[in-house]
Amino acid sequence: MLHTLAVLVENNPGVLARISGLFARRAYNIYSLTVCQTENPSLSLMTIVVEGDSQVIEQVTKQLHKQVVVHKVSNLTNEAVVDRELALIRVKVRAETRLEVLQTVDVFRGRVVDMGRSNLTIELTGDEDKINAFIRTMRPYGIQELVRTGKIAIARSDN
Amino acid sequence: MSKCKEDIYFARDPEITWEDVEVLSKHTLNGAKVLLDVMAEEGVEIVFGYPGGALLAVYDALLDSPIKHVLPRHEQTAVHAADAYARVSGKVGVCMATSGPGAANMVTGIANAYMDSVPLVIITGQVPTHLLGTDSFQEVDITGMTLPITKHSYLVKNAKDIPRIVKEAFYIAGTGRPGPVLIDLPKNVMAEEVHDPRPPKIALKSYKYFSKGNAGQIEEAAKALAQSKKPVVYAGGGVITSGAEQVLQELIEKANIPVVTTLMGIGSVPAKHPNYLGMVGMHGTITANLAVNDCDLLIAVGVRFDDRVTSGLKHKFATKAKIIHIDIDPAEIGKVVKAHIPIVGDARLVLEDLLQKVTPLEISPWWEQLRAWAKQYPLSYEQDGRLNPQTILKAMGEIGGENAIVCTDVGQHQMWAAQFYPVTGGRKFITSAGLGTMGFGFPAAIGAQFAKPDSLVFLVTGDGSFQMSIQELATTVQYELPIKIILMNNGVLGMVKQLQKMFCNERFSQIQLHANPDFVKVAEAYGVKGLRIESPEQVDVVLKEAIETPGPVLVDCHISPDEIVLPTLPPGKTITDILEGRE
Ligand SMILES: Cc1ncc(C[n+]2csc(CCOP(=O)(O)OP(=O)(O)O)c2C)c(N)n1
Repeated sequence: MLHTLAVLVENNPGVLARISGLFARRAYNIYSLTVCQTENPSLSLMTIVVEGDSQVIEQVTKQLHKQVVVHKVSNLTNEAVVDRELALIRVKVRAETRLEVLQTVDVFRGRVVDMGRSNLTIELTGDEDKINAFIRTMRPYGIQELVRTGKIAIARSDN
Repeated sequence: MSKCKEDIYFARDPEITWEDVEVLSKHTLNGAKVLLDVMAEEGVEIVFGYPGGALLAVYDALLDSPIKHVLPRHEQTAVHAADAYARVSGKVGVCMATSGPGAANMVTGIANAYMDSVPLVIITGQVPTHLLGTDSFQEVDITGMTLPITKHSYLVKNAKDIPRIVKEAFYIAGTGRPGPVLIDLPKNVMAEEVHDPRPPKIALKSYKYFSKGNAGQIEEAAKALAQSKKPVVYAGGGVITSGAEQVLQELIEKANIPVVTTLMGIGSVPAKHPNYLGMVGMHGTITANLAVNDCDLLIAVGVRFDDRVTSGLKHKFATKAKIIHIDIDPAEIGKVVKAHIPIVGDARLVLEDLLQKVTPLEISPWWEQLRAWAKQYPLSYEQDGRLNPQTILKAMGEIGGENAIVCTDVGQHQMWAAQFYPVTGGRKFITSAGLGTMGFGFPAAIGAQFAKPDSLVFLVTGDGSFQMSIQELATTVQYELPIKIILMNNGVLGMVKQLQKMFCNERFSQIQLHANPDFVKVAEAYGVKGLRIESPEQVDVVLKEAIETPGPVLVDCHISPDEIVLPTLPPGKTITDILEGRE
């Protein structure tokens, strides 16, 4: 099962290596990892999607807590959260498919951010499922290039 | 200042010249001086180190510091000496080495301390900050290399941070589950002036450790104990680290519980205590292993269910038992074996609370069973007139007395010492347990002797292990350390030979130590007295002579290359597999 961990860490050089090294040497599987600054410039937030059963996740969490650079670990998996990914996708288009593609982009609330003679570059945000669904829909047209961020997540406010 | 090699080294770095360092170190408070000042304030009395270009400023400042510096003959042995100093004294050990090869030589020592949870502060010199990452002369990324084997590490970029970092390093190393903390100090940072050398108060928001255990869980543990018919305490290094030996003894006596220990836990109860069943695991006693296998309550204290204990069979370990796991590191709980009653806390504090709640147990059938096993399966060895290592170890215990400290190397001799030397208390049996580092023993004996200058310190070593640190004979002579080196000389890498005998059909490969030197002559060449034991009759006389001779003595004991360590519980087998012949 995939778990989403929000790990608040010190914003220092070497911290990423420390955390990713911990995952590597304890043989935990990282599915995706994003790092960003927080509103407090001395802290960064790592959103780590990691695969494992509850026992593995418990160990991961405890091992993370042991790191002096880790301030807080929250498991967002079973929490009410809003999570998002961003994808940039370059799709092949021909004169007769252009309109179809543009309509699909619209349905998914994507945006065209670049246009070539025979391709479109589309920006899409959403949860993982939505992005996967969009990619599936685009595949028949021919995906020339695809980049996507890992997941970022935030807990829903209680009120 | 006379021309020396370091002048050439400094000349490679246009921004700092040797003259700069000299001027800075004489006339201002530089990073190096502040480093030593803060360490002295932290209570550091002794540092084990080896100098080099990147540490010139520190070695210069040492000349004016109250801190004593010891010069072992290798950076790895410097770490091991600091490690054993910490284990024996209970303080944080300190060692240092120069950048590049010096730092890299420390890696094994750091890993060793990490595995056995020993508090160390390691200082490494580093190339100047503007050369970092350029593959400059004697540059290695030591913080990167040691990430997995340090509790924490720092690469210092500004001298003004030195007071805070040094203070934090000692705090992190010595509290909670102890471990090594590394401080990497670029050369220019040590030469930099520091305006305010006073360390701030520790403000580590993200570092916490536990001390007292949860009262509800301790209550649960007491209840489980009251209901148990077959309890066993499984005691490890955490008992000794937290100073819980006394309360453990009170607990087992009050409640009448038997105890087994890990290799790290040896000394947590005196070997001669009637409740002690011996070491558990691969080379433990059959009684200890049967007791763990059959118990209905396992009280695991300061242990980590290492595969040398469980045979790597976590699903077959103590399967009939409810498990109480007491440990200061929450990550140890549930890592290998699921605990029914986890208690996170300092072993001594938890056991003190538990002691208040326990009542004497009526478990005589269990004790009868244990005594029957002990009678049926005693630790034994063949006494056929040849010189046995076991005889020597027992005699050392008798002649050496209560206060002796035993340091061991790694191999068969280590296991014999664990089995047969009667250790009387905590911090008196110093061994490389988790990493099993050959070459640890001799520098460990040096560190131990510095920690307890008045105690008798034995080194039990093998001819393989000893030759990995043999250069330390010079250190023992230089510092007049009266270590008694008991060399179990079998001419082979005995433990590997034993493994090849048992698991490779006696196809022996690369275990003969051809061309061993005459160790007595080697000792004498360094100025260490050398003695020999070749037959069992000589044991007492020669050991007495060794102890009575002032200064270091090496006793070369000629034992058979065919001795094996018994019992042996091979990985992947349980004690019942072995006893019932399921090999
Ligand atoms: C640094 C290191 N290298 C290799 C080993 C593997 N090893 C374990 S025991 C042993 C033999 C030790 O020989 P010796 O010190 O003579 O002791 P003996 O077993 O003969 O008592 C070896 C090679 C080790 N533990 N450490």
